[in-house]
Amino acid sequence: MSQTAAQPNRLAQGGQVDRTQALTFTFNGHSYTGHPGDTLASALLANGVDLVNRSFKYSRPRGIVAAGAEEPNAVVQLGATEATQVPNVRATQQALYDGLVASSTNGWPDVQRDIMRWVGKLGSPFMPPGFYYKTFMAPASMWMTYEKYIRKTAGLGRSPTQPDPDIYDHMHRHCDLLVVGAGPAGLSAALTAARAGARVILCDEQETMGGSLLDTRETLDDRPAAHWLQATLAALAEYDNVTLLPRTTAHGYHDHHFVTLHERRTEHLGDSAPSRAGHRQSRSRLHRVRAGQVVLATGAHERPLVYANNDVPGNLLAGAVSTYIRRYGVVPGRKLVLSTSNDHAYRAALDWQEAGREVAAIVDARTAPEGDLVAQAKAAGIRVITGSAVIEAKGAQRVSSARVAAIDVDAFTVTGKVETLECDTIASSGGYSPVIHLASHTGARPVWSDDIIGFVPTTVAGVTAAGGAHGVYPLGEVLADGVEAGANAVTALGFATTVNDADLPRVAPRHEGPACALFQVPHEKATLRAPKQFVDLQNDVTAAAIEVATLEGFESIEHVKRYTAMGFGTDQGKLGNINGMAVAARCLGQSIPETGTTVFRPNYTPVTFGAVVGRHCRELFDPERYTPMQAWHVAQGAEFEDVGQWKRPWYYPRKRAGGELETMAEAVARECRAVREGVGILDASTLGKIDIQGPDAREFLGRIYTNKWQKLAPGRVRYGLMCGDDGMVMDDGTTSCLAENHFLMTTTTGNAAPVLEWLELWHQTEWPELDVYFTSVTDHWATMTVTGPEARKLLTDMTDIDLDREAFKFMDWREGHVAGVPARVFRISFTGELAFEINVQAHYAMHVWEALFERGKHFDLTPYGTETMHVLRAEKGFIIVGQDTDGSVTPEDLGMHWAIGYDKPFPWIGKRALTRSDTRRENRKQLVGLRPKDPSVVLEEGAQIVFDPNHAIPMPMVGHVTSSYYSPTLESGFALAVVKGGHQRMGESVYLPMADGRIHEADIVGTQFVDPQGERQHV
Amino acid sequence: MFHIYCPYCEEHREEEEFHPKGQAHIARPEDPDACSDEAWGDYLFFRDNPRGIHHEMWLHAVGCRKFFNITRHTVSYEILETYKMGEQPTVGAEHLAREEKTAREGKTDSVQVAEGGQQAVGASDAALASVKGAQA
Repeated sequence: MSQTAAQPNRLAQGGQVDRTQALTFTFNGHSYTGHPGDTLASALLANGVDLVNRSFKYSRPRGIVAAGAEEPNAVVQLGATEATQVPNVRATQQALYDGLVASSTNGWPDVQRDIMRWVGKLGSPFMPPGFYYKTFMAPASMWMTYEKYIRKTAGLGRSPTQPDPDIYDHMHRHCDLLVVGAGPAGLSAALTAARAGARVILCDEQETMGGSLLDTRETLDDRPAAHWLQATLAALAEYDNVTLLPRTTAHGYHDHHFVTLHERRTEHLGDSAPSRAGHRQSRSRLHRVRAGQVVLATGAHERPLVYANNDVPGNLLAGAVSTYIRRYGVVPGRKLVLSTSNDHAYRAALDWQEAGREVAAIVDARTAPEGDLVAQAKAAGIRVITGSAVIEAKGAQRVSSARVAAIDVDAFTVTGKVETLECDTIASSGGYSPVIHLASHTGARPVWSDDIIGFVPTTVAGVTAAGGAHGVYPLGEVLADGVEAGANAVTALGFATTVNDADLPRVAPRHEGPACALFQVPHEKATLRAPKQFVDLQNDVTAAAIEVATLEGFESIEHVKRYTAMGFGTDQGKLGNINGMAVAARCLGQSIPETGTTVFRPNYTPVTFGAVVGRHCRELFDPERYTPMQAWHVAQGAEFEDVGQWKRPWYYPRKRAGGELETMAEAVARECRAVREGVGILDASTLGKIDIQGPDAREFLGRIYTNKWQKLAPGRVRYGLMCGDDGMVMDDGTTSCLAENHFLMTTTTGNAAPVLEWLELWHQTEWPELDVYFTSVTDHWATMTVTGPEARKLLTDMTDIDLDREAFKFMDWREGHVAGVPARVFRISFTGELAFEINVQAHYAMHVWEALFERGKHFDLTPYGTETMHVLRAEKGFIIVGQDTDGSVTPEDLGMHWAIGYDKPFPWIGKRALTRSDTRRENRKQLVGLRPKDPSVVLEEGAQIVFDPNHAIPMPMVGHVTSSYYSPTLESGFALAVVKGGHQRMGESVYLPMADGRIHEADIVGTQFVDPQGERQHV
Repeated sequence: MFHIYCPYCEEHREEEEFHPKGQAHIARPEDPDACSDEAWGDYLFFRDNPRGIHHEMWLHAVGCRKFFNITRHTVSYEILETYKMGEQPTVGAEHLAREEKTAREGKTDSVQVAEGGQQAVGASDAALASVKGAQA
C-alpha cells in the first residue's frame, strides 16, 4: 500500500472543499486522501491518478473525462465489504467519505497489467464493429463459452453475493410543479412557482444544488454567483410549499407527468447506511412523483471534439477542467492545450492559468474568434492559434503532446503544417448538447437547431424545458427562461403569478462570438487509417467504426447505433451521440437533421436494484395467504404447497417406528387409504366462494354456466362448468341454492378473483338489466372436508343436522350447528367417498377443527393434503381446471356432455362456439384415462403420446399426460391424458417415448378408475 | 404510468389500481346462433390496433370494481376522456381530424373534453404531429 504524502494536483486554496479535514480512501488497493466536498473523481485527480479503467472492447487505458453524470470512463465498483458492493458508480458522482473503497470495473486481472492489452495495441485494427459476432459466430453452440470470457475481460461490474444490509423506501408524492435540476434555470423556475403558492418539488442530482453556478466565473449582482445561490436556496427552504431534494436524480419520465426520482440519502456517508437513534436509516428513496407540470432544467452536456487518440488519459472536457479547478481546487495536470469551437471553453484556459499552471495554447477552429473571453485570454498572454484544431493526442498512459494543425472544417481536411505542442492535458469543447433525456422519455422527438448546433427537446403538454436544456446558454437569459417556464407552468394550473424583471439578479453583460460546428476533427490520414478517434468512450465506438457501418450499408441512425453499440450501456450516449450522428451524417453526405437522432430511454443514470425493489423484498416480496388452521398444520409438521398466494398443506409426514419421517409417497399412500377405508379431513378453505344474490341470480347463473339452473331448489347443490365465449372450459365448481334468490358459488382456488371479475364483466357490460349482486366470501368461510366411509359416524354426535342418508342426500346442503357453532354442511364429494364439507365462519374454524380431531380420535381421523386430494380426485376422473385443461378444451372434449344445456333458452356463454367447425371436429384431443401396462410405472405429467413408437422421428404426437399418480387403492400407476379422438379409442394401446430412450406403453381406459358406478358417495 | 380518472369514483387514481381489458364497445351479438362461423370468429378474436384514437375498456380492479371506458391516443398515450359503461365517447377519430385541421391553421388550443368526459387532458401538438407524420 503506497501512501502519497500529499495531493500533488490540489491547489492551496479555492473550491468548496474543506482542507482542514482529511478523508482516507482506497482505489484499486492503493490508499489516498481527499477532503469533504470532494467527489471520488476530484480526489483521484488531486492525487494524480490518471488511469481509472480499461476500455470495454480494446482494453485501452482510460482516465477521467468529465465532472458529472456524463462521465463515460470512471465507472467504478464500490464497497468495502462483499454485502455492500455496488457496481456502475460514476466516480464523478460519488461523494468522498472516510473509508471509501473503490476499484475499476474493467480490466482483468488488474487495470495496470491488463491481459487484453495486446488487443488494444495489436489486435484493434482487426476489431471492426460486429467483431465478436463475426469472429465467434461458429460454432453457435460455443457462443455461451466465448461470451463468458468476453464478458469477464469486458468487466461490467458485479453484484454482491451476500444479502444487502440496507433498507430502501418508496415514497409517493404529488406536486403542482416538479422542477428537475437546481441550476440557475431550475432555481428561478422554482422560486417563481413557490411565490405563486404552488406546491413545488425541486430535485438535483448533485451533492450540492446550484448546477453551473457552482463553478461559474460570472457574477450576479456584482458578487460571486455563490452569494445569490445561497440566498435563493435559503429563500426556497423557507417556503412550506417547497420540497428540496438534493442528491436526487430524476431518472425516468413516464406517462402523465409521472416522474421517478432516486434520492441517495446516505451514499455520501458510507457504503452502508448509518444508524440514527438506534434505527438504520434508509439508504435511498425512490420518489414516485405525480406532477401537475414539469420543468426540465437539466442543463447541457459539453461535447468533446473527436480527434485521434482522444481517449488517452489527460484528454478532458473543457468545462470539466473548469469545474475541477473552481469547485474542487484541483488542477488535473501541469500544461494545457485547449481545442475549441466556441468562446465558452476559453474559461478552462483562464482558470488553468489563474491556478498557476501553464497554458501551451488555445487552438480555436474559428478563423477569427472575437468574444470577450477571447480578448481576456489574449490579454492574459495566452497564445491563441486560430483556424486550427488538435488533430491527434500523443502518449500512452498519459497525454505527452498534442499535434495541432490548420483545418478546413467544411472540406474536412487538414490544410496546414502540423505543429507538436508539448503538454500533459488536452481540453476540448465542440459546444453543448442540451440534456434532453427526460424529454425524450415522453416519446417526443428532439429537433435540430442550427442556432445552438444541437438538438433541442420538443415536449408533451405540461412539460417545459428551461435554460441549457432548452438550448439557452447565456446566464442572464437562462435565469429569465427559468422564470418564464415556472410562471407559465403554474399559470396553466390556475395560480396567479407576477413576474417582475427586478426580481432577477443582474448579470454583467458579456459579448460572445458565434461558435462553429465542429464534431470530428480531420486528420492527415483518412478516418479508416488514422489513429483511433473515439466517439463513444464507454462502448469503444470510433469514427472509423461508424464509417465502416455506413460503408456496409447501415444508413438509419438506429441501425448504426445497434451495429456499433454507440450510446448503449449505462452511458446512454451522453457524450457521444451527437458526435456519432455528425460522423454518420458526414459519411452519408447528408445533414444531421436528415440523419436524425436516436432516442434516450430510462434510466438517465443507473438505479440500484435496492431502490427499485424498496420494501417489496423478503417476506413482503409476495404476500402469503393462510387459512385459519395454518398454525395447526404447522404444528403437525405438514409440508406446504404454494397454490397462487395460498400456502396449502401438501401432505402430513408422520414419524415411522424408527423415528424417521415418512417419505411423501408413504404419507400419501397412508392418507389415501385412510379416506378410502376410514375417514380423512382436508382443509379446503382456499376454495373461492362467491355469494350471489338478487331476483335475477338464477337467470344469471344459467347464462354464465353451461348447464341448467332453473330447477335447483333451496337446499340443493349442483356442479357447474364455466366456459369462455370461445367455448373453452375456464372454471368449474359447485353452486348451492341457499334461498330462492341467493346462491353460493365455489371456484377453483387460483381462479377466485378472475371468476368474480368475469361475473362482474358480463353483468356490468352486457346484462346490466339483471338485478344481481356478487360478493367474495372466500376469506369469510373456512371449509373442512370430512370424507370416507366413517364420516357420518364421526359427525353424528357433533351436529344438530340430521345426517340420515335419506334426509340429507348426496348434493344436498343443510344449515345447523357443528361443534356448537353455526355451520353450513354440503354433501358433495371430490374424493368419490361419502363426504361432508363443513363451512363455518373463519374465526370459529380452529375450534371446530380441533373438536373434530377430539372426536376423531375414535376413528383415527387422518388429515390429508393436496397431494392426496389430487390422487383421490384423479382416481374418480374429476378434473382440475388448468391442469387437465389448458384453454383449448371444451366440455365435450372432457366427456362432460351431461353438463351442457344446449336447449336452454338463453344463448349462454360458450354455446355458440361449441358448434363451430373446429369444436365439432372428430379428431379433437379428448380426456381419457391411461393405465400403464407396467403397474409400477407412474407416467410423467406432460409426457407426449404417440400411436406408433416405431415411426421415424419426428413422430406424430397425438396428446399428452395431464395428471399422473400412483394409486395405493389400485396398486398401480394411472393417469389422465388428452388423446386425439380418445373417446373412440377405448382399449387401444398408446406409447410414451421418454427422454432417456425408454418407451412406456399404456392402455386407453375410462377416466373413473375407482367406483365407476359412483355408489360410494351416495352411501 | 397512466393517471386515470375513474368516472365512478370521480377521482384520478394510479394505473396500478386498474386492469386494461382491451377494445371497448365490442357488443356480444344479440342472437349468436344467427351468426356465421366467420362473424362469430370476428367477435371472438379480431380487434382493432389503431395508431391514434382508441376506445378501450378498463376495470377499476382494486377500487370500485367497475368497468368503464377510456378514449386514449395510442401514440401519445394521452387519455382524452373516460366514461361510464353504456355511454358513448365524445372524442373520436373524426375529432382528431378536426384537431389536426386546427393545428394546421396554427391554432394550438388543446382538446377540450365535453361534459361527462371529466378528464381535461390536452392532446399535445407533438401527438398530433406524430400522427400527421405517420400519414405523410
